[in-house]
Amino acid sequence: MIRFTQASKRYPSGHDALSNISLHIEPGELAFVTGHSGAGKSTLLKLIALLERPSRGQVLVNGQNLARIKRRQIPYFRRNIGIIFQDHQLLFDRTVFDNVALPLIIAGHPRAEVGRRVRAALDKVGLLKKEKLYPITLSGGEQQRVGIARAVVHKPPLLLADEPTGNLDPELSSEIMNIFREFSQVGVTTLIASHDLELIQKMQARQIILSQGRIIDDGVSAGAEQAP
Amino acid sequence: MKKQESSRRTQGPGLSGKLSSYFTRHAQTFFGTLGQLLRAPFSMLMTAAVIGIALALPTGLHVLLQNAQLLSGELEDATQISLFLKQSVNEDQAKRLVNKLQNMQEVGKVRFISREKALQEFKQYSGFGEAMKALQENPLPHVVVINPAIQQTSERDREQLLSKLRDLVQVDTAQLDVEWIKRLYSIMDMIKRGVWILASMLALAVLLVVGNTIRLAIQNRRDEIVIIKLIGGTDTFIRRPFLYTGFWYGLFGALIAFALVMMALYLLSDPIKRLAELYHSPFNLSALNLESAAVLFAAGILLGLSGSWLAVGRHLKDIEPG
Repeated sequence: MIRFTQASKRYPSGHDALSNISLHIEPGELAFVTGHSGAGKSTLLKLIALLERPSRGQVLVNGQNLARIKRRQIPYFRRNIGIIFQDHQLLFDRTVFDNVALPLIIAGHPRAEVGRRVRAALDKVGLLKKEKLYPITLSGGEQQRVGIARAVVHKPPLLLADEPTGNLDPELSSEIMNIFREFSQVGVTTLIASHDLELIQKMQARQIILSQGRIIDDGVSAGAEQAP
Repeated sequence: MKKQESSRRTQGPGLSGKLSSYFTRHAQTFFGTLGQLLRAPFSMLMTAAVIGIALALPTGLHVLLQNAQLLSGELEDATQISLFLKQSVNEDQAKRLVNKLQNMQEVGKVRFISREKALQEFKQYSGFGEAMKALQENPLPHVVVINPAIQQTSERDREQLLSKLRDLVQVDTAQLDVEWIKRLYSIMDMIKRGVWILASMLALAVLLVVGNTIRLAIQNRRDEIVIIKLIGGTDTFIRRPFLYTGFWYGLFGALIAFALVMMALYLLSDPIKRLAELYHSPFNLSALNLESAAVLFAAGILLGLSGSWLAVGRHLKDIEPG
């Protein structure tokens, strides 16, 4: 699903965010990217979502070489990805329903289908009763779940999450993680950047550890290393 | 590219659904942007009023110019022909000629100015009175001033009448007094061009006003644009609401301009009527006709759209997520 081949990213400032990254993530896999802040987690996700382009090497997503995607085609490419942000990135002047419906409206789905799919997505994250509310009235955990519903409403084959539990307490965090696991179980490739090591240990999933822009470990966490 | 399109097809909705939802989205954006503008009616009206005034100025001048053209057409009907008689013709012969002319079908009014009267008038009005005293004899001929009959309106009819009058034995020269109308026309051509120049400058002003308003709207909705780009919104999708906003500004601006021009014409119509009555003219100020109104609205909408298009084209590229 995702393949990095000796990919590097150097920002115009001269900072090397990623150096010589090679990795492969299978379709339907659930994987975590961890490491200290500044290790390159976000940059890795940005390269996949074409928010940044690699300075060297190549990135393939769903069989597509991202270097071949022109600026004009990026929106269509992004429709195959659900992206979840630490700060939710919700529109506060629209209801929960309208926020979640946005990807479908952008893709031009008929009205009836939009309603059906939005409610299905909200049901999945347990917010069906709050569709008419505005995001500002929701708790942090609920806002994050709206973000997740929006990321999955158009059923993308790939889900990217950047610190999705960054601002949440442990209980809410594991709730969110369980939602991600459910998605990966139905075949959605899920890549989560997080520094919540304790939580990742519990998930027993593949863990790609970055340090200073390099992969220093890649394997299933399964209690192999205990967090200090 | 191929792969991407095929994956788009499997992911996206069907063609007929896409088409119907396309129109639904357009209608929603169309009315959605209107609703958004009406929720802040004061600031919307301020912008629309600026556009309206800028559009009203050339429109109003255009209407006045059209009226002036109508009026000058009427004046042209009132053309006069002056017959300067030969010096050898005496006053009795001249009066006989006047009688003959009055019986001609093509001739309307006839007025006789004897050479003595002409001299008197000349002394009185020209300021050369003292100089004239030095003259041994009256150098002026008898003059007959003719208004062609009302039927004689076309230029050819007038030319025919003119040559007929020239052939009369008593007549030295016959002169059609159209010089001043030609001058009036060239003055009006100049004013017309001036109105065009003014209109172009004000059109540019409207473009800038709309462009600036849309630029601010884009800045206010920066976060929204970033989010929409992140989840796969095309530039077309992002551009659409701003273009419709520009459309509404143009439309409301044109409406205000229309109202302003109509109001100004209403205020002017009474005094102009009174003035026309003093000249015994049935002239009436005519309002903005359908064609000019259509041009006004089309221009307003077009300027609104292009102004927002320019702003969106310039500023949307600067907003990228990441």
